[in-house]
Amino acid sequence: MNRAERAWEVLGTVLDPEVPALSVCDLGIVRDVIDHGDELEVVLTPTYSGCPATELIEQNVLEAIAAEGLGPARATLRRAPAWTTDWISAEGKRKLNDYGIAPPGPVPPEGGVPIRIIGRRQDAIACPRCASLHTERLSAFGSTACKAMYRCLSCREPFEHFKPI
Amino acid sequence: MQASIQVSQAPAVQYLLRIGDTALILAQRLAEWSGHAPVLEEDIALSNMALDLVGQARAVLTHAGQLEGSGYDEDQLAFLRDERDYRNVTLVELPRGDFAVTVLRNAMVATFFKLLWTQLATSSDAELAGIAGKAVKEARYHQQHAADWLVRLADGTDESRRRVEKAVMQLWHYNTELFADDAVDEHAHATGLGPRWGDLKEAWTAEMTELFAAGGLTVPAEVAFLATGKRGTHSEHMGFLLAEMQHLQRAFPGGVW
Repeated sequence: MNRAERAWEVLGTVLDPEVPALSVCDLGIVRDVIDHGDELEVVLTPTYSGCPATELIEQNVLEAIAAEGLGPARATLRRAPAWTTDWISAEGKRKLNDYGIAPPGPVPPEGGVPIRIIGRRQDAIACPRCASLHTERLSAFGSTACKAMYRCLSCREPFEHFKPI
Repeated sequence: MQASIQVSQAPAVQYLLRIGDTALILAQRLAEWSGHAPVLEEDIALSNMALDLVGQARAVLTHAGQLEGSGYDEDQLAFLRDERDYRNVTLVELPRGDFAVTVLRNAMVATFFKLLWTQLATSSDAELAGIAGKAVKEARYHQQHAADWLVRLADGTDESRRRVEKAVMQLWHYNTELFADDAVDEHAHATGLGPRWGDLKEAWTAEMTELFAAGGLTVPAEVAFLATGKRGTHSEHMGFLLAEMQHLQRAFPGGVW
């Protein structure tokens, strides 16, 4: 296994600080690992413009690579194409649900989506605890930029939903 | 006391500062709601939107600093410029007002930003295009949230209706500044950096008209109205806002968390 492949393995153990059920690889923000010979370059794509975890993630990634003795490394940001929740792996979505966060569905097509003011309908979000589709949204925003607040009307549990974006 | 910096008047730099400063100053106003919003969910929502806007401002100001060429970073641009060197539109520096004022302003600005970021996603400047590709998703979410609230307030109680109508009277005419083009817009248009903001007026007006109609609100007739924040001449509120926002960096230069 070469150095970049070993780095990918290590990155699979670096958890997202705000959603510690997921590794940075599950989240889909590690776009590339490039071996430049003298150093490794880890290319990351931020989730949200204002995500306060971005800098901590960079630091954790570099520390994990250093701890594995893979030599000097640096993290670079790649903004385009923009991160989308569609990049969260199937495994990542399963882990999210097990963790109690309803995973995001497919992101609706970009552009030309008019704002919907009247009769707006959303796909039902399944409760991560009892799988009921009888749920309601409490708030469009939640504890972090990536989540919204929901409540299950069957088992009565509140839960968070990872917004498809 | 940390001295102020002066930045280049190059049109590309000015174009970016208008975007970054507008996002930053609206974020500062929204952050004033933390701990004060009418319900907890909105407290969280307004703080979340402020965070998105700060993130967008950071990216745009960092890039503006790179284009400017004197080595200024995002913090120096945010904290060490004087009032006259800020390029945000006047609308975002007005006091946060009551919740109706905040909701209406968010609807006006998010609708504008959604249209702007959509165009900037194909900018000739790859870095700006990358920032826009992410920001447009956030602006769309902000717009939807503000639209929901605007209709709810307009179609709510007599009191909420009265407050929204008052907010419309206070804020609406400031939209003219967004679309008043000048040499900075012409340069951006000619180089492919971004659209003339005036070219977004038709789409903006159409979306706002639809939104107002959903709430049974009347779009005010257009009148002559001059606001000049994006050229550096601000309202009387701007100095107070900057005093609060810049105080720590001015008093403790280079201070970090």
